[in-house]
Amino acid sequence: MYYIDPHIHMVSRVTDDYERIARMGCVAVSEPAFWAGFDRGSVDGFRDYFRQLTEFEPKRAGWSGIQHYTWLCINAKEAENVELSREVIKMIPEFISKPGVLGIGEIGLNKNTKNESIIFQEHVQLAMQLDELILIHTPHLQDKLKGTRMIIDMLMSDRRVQPERVLIDHVEEHTVGLAKEEGFWCAMTLYPITKCTPSRAADIIEAYGDDRIMVNSAGDWGPSNPIAVPDFIQELRKRGHPESKIKKIVYDNPLEFFRQCRRFEFTPPDTLADNAALVVSQKV
Amino acid sequence: MIAAVQTAPEVFEQTFLLVRAKILEVAATLDRLDRAEAAESVRSDPRFGQIRQGLEILLSDGFHRAAQIQEIFSDQYDPTWMKKYLSTGERPALSPSVPH
Repeated sequence: MYYIDPHIHMVSRVTDDYERIARMGCVAVSEPAFWAGFDRGSVDGFRDYFRQLTEFEPKRAGWSGIQHYTWLCINAKEAENVELSREVIKMIPEFISKPGVLGIGEIGLNKNTKNESIIFQEHVQLAMQLDELILIHTPHLQDKLKGTRMIIDMLMSDRRVQPERVLIDHVEEHTVGLAKEEGFWCAMTLYPITKCTPSRAADIIEAYGDDRIMVNSAGDWGPSNPIAVPDFIQELRKRGHPESKIKKIVYDNPLEFFRQCRRFEFTPPDTLADNAALVVSQKV
Repeated sequence: MIAAVQTAPEVFEQTFLLVRAKILEVAATLDRLDRAEAAESVRSDPRFGQIRQGLEILLSDGFHRAAQIQEIFSDQYDPTWMKKYLSTGERPALSPSVPH
């Protein structure tokens, strides 16, 4: 089955992982800007990172036939440095119109601090000004419920925010309802130990339905599994869910959300195959 | 909600050994804690209390045990947080480089 991984940090993965996920059926990935494992010291560090996300990663993904999309921001972990965060936010418009950029993300909260909240709102402000989609990181472990509520409070207090243009990520059993009730898109991150497992994600789908929800691997530099989405597909198959239902979650839903971005261009894999065949027949 | 495709006996057959293994893992971990020196100090740790509450929820009936356990391990939310954090003067001022 073809699938899309809507949240995976491929800069942290080797080229072999692109090849592996392609073999498992992945046809597109979206890569939010995130924390590199250390705090970057200057805006130029982010400029180079944004170039990597918008120029090199699409090329590297293309070597395995995968379409690459990205999101831009300074993540919550580095938002404690308000001065640097503001410099990065100021730079985002230089990159926002590049092909493959889907919007502002992954913005959010980490430790639910005042500075994180201020920088979150400044990102939202930028997204509203530029009419961009938003991808949101919610905190992990004990901070998640409080942080998700704070994020929704900030979004709902801004009347310009259209919930259907916002994706709230890393939802779990206690936060999925909060996001869905307010009309936001949401995503579950399948991650060893600290986040959701494929079976729990399948339970959440059975409890909350398959509208406005997707799953991702968040494959990054930590312990993570870039083929977690196929594990989720297999879990739903084992439970007897129809292929059409599974495809909706892992392929149709990400496309429906991404298509709201005016720059979004996607070549369906079947069309790619037809095009390749056409080229071969023309050569013959 | 999407109806679960499998019947309860089917789910039970598929997950029985998995659940058994997970319960044994928790039991062995608690035994390890009790065997170790200064076990009493752990019992007064608030996180141990959270684990105890979580185990009690496992024995209850209902559909939302996972969400309830998640809530036990969650920080308190203060609905007035925004007033405390974001005074009017701290509302974002957009940089001049952002197109209007």
